[in-house]
Amino acid sequence: MKWPAMGYARVESLDELWQVLDAAGPEAQILAGGQSLLATLSFRLSEPSGLIDITRIPALRGVSVTGGTLRLGALTRHADLGRDPLVAAHAPILAQAAPLIAHPAIRNRGTIGGSLALADPAAELPACMVALDATIVVASRSGERRVPAADFFQGLFTTDLQPGEIITAVDVPVATPASRQTIVEVTRRSGDYAMAGLAAVLAVTADRTVDAARLVFFGVGSGAEIARGASVALTGTKLTQATIAAAQGALAGDLDPPGDLHGGPELKRHLARVLTARALGPFLAPAEQAA
Amino acid sequence: MNRRIDITLTVNGERVSRSVDTRLHLIDFLRMELGLTGAHTGCEHGVCGACTVRLDGDPVRGCLVMVASLDGSVVETIEGLSDTGEIRDLQEAFVARNAAQCGYCTPGMLVTAADILVESPEATREEIREHISGNYCRCTGYQAIVDAVEDVLKARRTSEAA
Amino acid sequence: MNEIVTPKSLGLSREDLPNSYIGRSVPRPNARKLVEGRATYTDDVTLPRLVHAAFLRSPHAHARIVSVDPAAALAVPGVVRVFTGADLAKVCDPWVAVLAHLKGMKSAPQYPLPLERATWQGEAVVAVVAESRAAAEDGVAALAVAFEPLPAQVDMETALAPGAVVIHPELGDNLVFTRTAETGDVAAAFAAAHRIVEATFHTGRHTGVTLEPRSIIADYNRADGTLTVHHSTQAPHMMQNVFATQLRMAEGDVRVICKDVGGSYGIKVHVYPDEMAVACMSKIMGRPVKFIADRFEAFGSDIHARDHRIKGRLAVDAEGRFLAFDIDDLTGIGPYSVYPRTSAVEGNQVVNLCGGPYAFANYRCTTTVVLQNKSPTCQYRAVGHPIATTVTEGLVDLAAEALGMDKVAIRRKNLIRDDAYPCTSPAGMRFEGLSHHASLDKLLAMVPVEKIRADQLEQRQRGIYRGLGLASFIELTNPSPFMYGIGGAKISAQDGCTVRMDPDGSLVALSGVTEQGQGTEAILAQIVAHGVGVPVSKVKVVTGDTQTTPYGGGTWACRGAGIGGEAALQSAIALKEQILEVAGAMLQAQGSSLDIIMGEVVDKATGQVRMPLAELGRIVYYRGDTLPKDLARELVQTRHFITKEYPFAFTNGIQASWLEVDVETGMVKLLEHWCVEDCGRVINPMLVDEQVRGGIVQGIGGALYEHCIYNEDGQLLTTTLADYLVPMAAEMPDMHVGHVETPTKESLLGAKGAGEAGTAGAPAAIMNAINDALSPLGARVLAQPFTPDRILRALGTIA
Repeated sequence: MKWPAMGYARVESLDELWQVLDAAGPEAQILAGGQSLLATLSFRLSEPSGLIDITRIPALRGVSVTGGTLRLGALTRHADLGRDPLVAAHAPILAQAAPLIAHPAIRNRGTIGGSLALADPAAELPACMVALDATIVVASRSGERRVPAADFFQGLFTTDLQPGEIITAVDVPVATPASRQTIVEVTRRSGDYAMAGLAAVLAVTADRTVDAARLVFFGVGSGAEIARGASVALTGTKLTQATIAAAQGALAGDLDPPGDLHGGPELKRHLARVLTARALGPFLAPAEQAA
Repeated sequence: MNRRIDITLTVNGERVSRSVDTRLHLIDFLRMELGLTGAHTGCEHGVCGACTVRLDGDPVRGCLVMVASLDGSVVETIEGLSDTGEIRDLQEAFVARNAAQCGYCTPGMLVTAADILVESPEATREEIREHISGNYCRCTGYQAIVDAVEDVLKARRTSEAA
Repeated sequence: MNEIVTPKSLGLSREDLPNSYIGRSVPRPNARKLVEGRATYTDDVTLPRLVHAAFLRSPHAHARIVSVDPAAALAVPGVVRVFTGADLAKVCDPWVAVLAHLKGMKSAPQYPLPLERATWQGEAVVAVVAESRAAAEDGVAALAVAFEPLPAQVDMETALAPGAVVIHPELGDNLVFTRTAETGDVAAAFAAAHRIVEATFHTGRHTGVTLEPRSIIADYNRADGTLTVHHSTQAPHMMQNVFATQLRMAEGDVRVICKDVGGSYGIKVHVYPDEMAVACMSKIMGRPVKFIADRFEAFGSDIHARDHRIKGRLAVDAEGRFLAFDIDDLTGIGPYSVYPRTSAVEGNQVVNLCGGPYAFANYRCTTTVVLQNKSPTCQYRAVGHPIATTVTEGLVDLAAEALGMDKVAIRRKNLIRDDAYPCTSPAGMRFEGLSHHASLDKLLAMVPVEKIRADQLEQRQRGIYRGLGLASFIELTNPSPFMYGIGGAKISAQDGCTVRMDPDGSLVALSGVTEQGQGTEAILAQIVAHGVGVPVSKVKVVTGDTQTTPYGGGTWACRGAGIGGEAALQSAIALKEQILEVAGAMLQAQGSSLDIIMGEVVDKATGQVRMPLAELGRIVYYRGDTLPKDLARELVQTRHFITKEYPFAFTNGIQASWLEVDVETGMVKLLEHWCVEDCGRVINPMLVDEQVRGGIVQGIGGALYEHCIYNEDGQLLTTTLADYLVPMAAEMPDMHVGHVETPTKESLLGAKGAGEAGTAGAPAAIMNAINDALSPLGARVLAQPFTPDRILRALGTIA
């Protein structure tokens, strides 16, 4: 279908954005890469009064490292995540995630801010940000607000973003030598939304003791789903086949997946268990990996 | 907010100024306003890849780009890429391998494949398949397309080495 | 062998016979415009005063149309008119899709837009015409249409049960057609069998997803009373007749023009109510109306196909010989049989084709075709073949397992011998000449079976499950009027070609078959170049215009090369004779002592060049005064061709699939695929290979991915390309294609069809490969598509 009639305004600074937002009213939406928003217009699933184009605001661009924080501007494209050396060095899970997101042409337009603001339950980046314990930086006319990713995502296509707010950046704690980051998913075809996916970030000592673990699933619930029981089952102990099995067992209490066109809740639960083993297996001691 | 926007952009090397409806995506603009019918709409929801064109140097889904937002941009379509000769070898390989049957996906497929030639000159067959995995072709079964891209990658490597 | 001389048939090199284009991989002359984006698809055509149509489509599977209030829609800027079913019925007669030779078949009258009830979700109900498609859609959104939802008959299994919703009460029940073919003594054969295997198969409802959606521009000219239709279609002449008949016009006043088509695969050979509505609206408004289906409405209004449940039994003796097949097929076709081919043919094909590659004596097959409130189904690439092949080859593998026989050995034992032809199958199909054993031998020469089996065993030790699957098949091509014509449908099984020489010595061939991307124009050019004796670059081919091309059937059932190609060859040969007669008069030689090679008249005995065709053309067209007065000098010839001896030219082949099942996720990874097929004379090996490859992938789509999923209320859930999964490049295997050539003796060319072989066999090969992979785990899947969910259920991983 053709897009509905709507207005358009382009802003070149945050100050200008606040003015236009005030004038536009609550039915206007922010246009970043547009790779999901514009598709929903062609379903006529949303009919915004207008779109406010933020892609030319310089303050929303750039990737940098300050101290222990990797800052990703909201307009960082998926393609940038896949090839930026700072991302590869300091948040390798994001570099791993990039090629899993749709296809090259989409990654050339889609932005990290747009993906996080949409909060699609099957999307990779929200789960990665929760697993990384990243901080979503949001701003409005009244100033800046920093929201832990785990609090930012509030369910199906729902976030903590308030009217008049936009995401300006994401702050990611940089990886340490103990960091183990990985993302795995099951998709019917390359680039599809995941039937089930797992973003896992662990801190593992030299003797393979897991100091911290965050297992965050996607495609199996209403959003980025933290598997708290599974994460606890892994923490404070050496990573072994047995602890992985314990984490798999804990998923029963962590996840309550809905069915979709691919299958029912039991399929999703099963795939979550499989992904847990596949994500963590490579971090086992070599002898155990072979077993 | 305005429902018509004045834009000036460069399309296939020519400057174009238009007052455009905000509800127009890039492909309808190219096809309806400029008569550049090489890029096609196949789904208009960003999945099929038939509308792939080059925007500021990168392949994008034309149906997921609002043309009102393109003031100052540079757009290249299959017509422009044909005229400059940039992908003549790729086009010849598509003909030689019969990598186009009905031809409806072909312009988008070529824009995507041209990206491989620049981005991953050493691409394997699997990497070629992955790179074009967002472009739907119902006719060929994809193998001839992979063959054609592989032929061109090899030929370009050989000619560079020589 | 037919006497058509090619370098290969004479054991010569191409240089010895420079004219010979038969059997050569000539690149398609029309491919250049495709790769430069300079083709002309229907949506690329614009006309003065063009308006655009959009449709309000039923949100219900079954509903009474209570009222239509167009006022708000008419107030939308750009909206020109709103049309209801009653408005269009004033200019258009309804159609009923039945064929007389399918005894007892019934269906209900169908109108461009329904008068009282909508009978599937997605059925066009009200049309809005506006200055742009966007405005037309705005108009649709503003329409006030009241529906009264009615109970829907969604499940085909209960369509004939007491209490079923009878979709068209005037028909009495939901039974469209049933037929049983029975040969021999099936009961006795099963009673005497050493082993009986049986299974219930499902083929998932899927659809064609042409990348170019259905597209039409109808342009009625009030001044001369003509209707010109630019149409993305496979059958321009058929549509000319349909438009004329339904709109009460003279056939000669309707012209259908079809330039480039962005894929068809059977989807674009049917009469669609919304397209008929466009023609009606143009006639009423006296201006051109364009309709381009968008992807959502395509999923709900393009024909679907292959919604079958098939129960099959196979009786075998102790040596593994097949004694009897007993098949029961049920298919749901939506609320109407589709005009004019009907929706009973797919089930009828299942009856015709099951067991097709094998020699056996006793056969029973029933198809039951029922109505339901889902999108209509009709013929789609390889009509019925993938269903019949899946059942047959699935049962063959089951029999091999029951007997502990090798899966190649059981096929070799039962495939019809290559020297057994001509013969007639238990289903009544007459085979002129097939090559099952030669094809199997060739396949085994291509597939490294021993290496694969060794790898399979080794991988199993590591918990990796790989499987090899085989599927023999037959394919019905070159149809005669026995397919549709005898049933009363105005679908032409003959086809014609006109070849003319212009003054510069170049040739123009006008053909009734059409180009959908399969390379029809390329092979016609090759055939004409070969037949006359000119470089292929000197031949231009014109198709897709009812006003200029000879009358023909267009593209369906794999007939372009076999029927259209033969017509082209015969007209080319006739033109050559005519040219040589003229040349003889000019050169004072016997025409029979001359030949034409690469565009020059030569002395046949010495090869000495006597005259370029351009010189001959110059004299004929500009200096005819210098030629003998009574010399016939029409450098144009037309020939038509129809098959006469056999109702169909069957082809055959065999496929093999090698794949890996991830038994943890249920995902299938395709590793490699092979197909050997016999389409008779191969005119252009590259184009045949690419038809086979594309067809295989279309078969893979149905086997692994594609599924039109409905909920119990009859709501289609897969209406986007994110939900309806088509095969994409990353998951597809490399495919190896081999050929055996058994030309049909019905024509000089000897060509049969090649377009559906890939699709016919691929799903069965994949099913058998998956089940081969899963065999150590005691799991088996029989319902397509073979999704991770179904594979994990079969494994017992999930319940």
